[in-house]
Amino acid sequence: MTISTPPSIEISNTETIPGRRIVEFYGVVTGNTVRAKHLGKDILAGLKNIVGGELKAYTELLQDSRNEATQRMIEEARSMGANAVVNVRFATSSISQGAAELFAYGTAVRVE
Amino acid sequence: MGQNFELLVNFGLPLILIVVAYFVGSLLEKRHYQSIRAREAEYFGFPVVTFDTMPEDWRVSSSNLVDGSVVVSLDYFKRIIAGLRAIVGGRIRTYEPLLDRARREAVLRMIESARRQGYDAVFNVRLDTSRLANARGNGEGTAGVEMLAYGTAVKFASLVR
Repeated sequence: MTISTPPSIEISNTETIPGRRIVEFYGVVTGNTVRAKHLGKDILAGLKNIVGGELKAYTELLQDSRNEATQRMIEEARSMGANAVVNVRFATSSISQGAAELFAYGTAVRVE
Repeated sequence: MGQNFELLVNFGLPLILIVVAYFVGSLLEKRHYQSIRAREAEYFGFPVVTFDTMPEDWRVSSSNLVDGSVVVSLDYFKRIIAGLRAIVGGRIRTYEPLLDRARREAVLRMIESARRQGYDAVFNVRLDTSRLANARGNGEGTAGVEMLAYGTAVKFASLVR
């Protein structure tokens, strides 16, 4: 459950990187990914639906997707020349049966 | 004989399924709550706050975004009870503990992630709930509900607080 950040880009969901000062704003950066789970996992999840509880395959799938979306957001920030992304927000939306969009957005900035 | 068998398949099997689902489901729930309480007690004293600005006296050396998530399914028994409850309306007690423990689990996973990376506190914690598309494709019910907890983990520069 770790969002791996390349050493050069720092991310936070607060207005600033704690203990650092923002010197330049680059604008909004976004990253998304749309994923569907594969059939085998879906059948297992269907069985799990009988007793209830955690659907581990889905948890992993969404976590991987969120990391992917975050990475894309970071790439965009890097291409702008930013060294941090602040005020990061996540959104999950189910767009059709069996497919979900994972979306991350934030503000690319340069901190001291 | 044939008729009896048909009756058994039509009504007996779903009934058995409901009863089994109820007992297995409640057993799992009980065990999960034990685990949640034990871990919450273990992490007692690890600051996790929802403030969007840090307390003045926190001097930090590094920070990173951390998250924790869990997808839970609604079991067979709970869905039937909720369906019955929806007729008269009111509080659906069977869903409350399910969502409660999923949310607490997500927060615990976020804390575990922060601790594993050596951070001392998490602030600006946000909680999100989202419904996932149905697995079956007939538009009925939900495949699950995702609980997400995320926040900014910080490492203290010095422990003079």
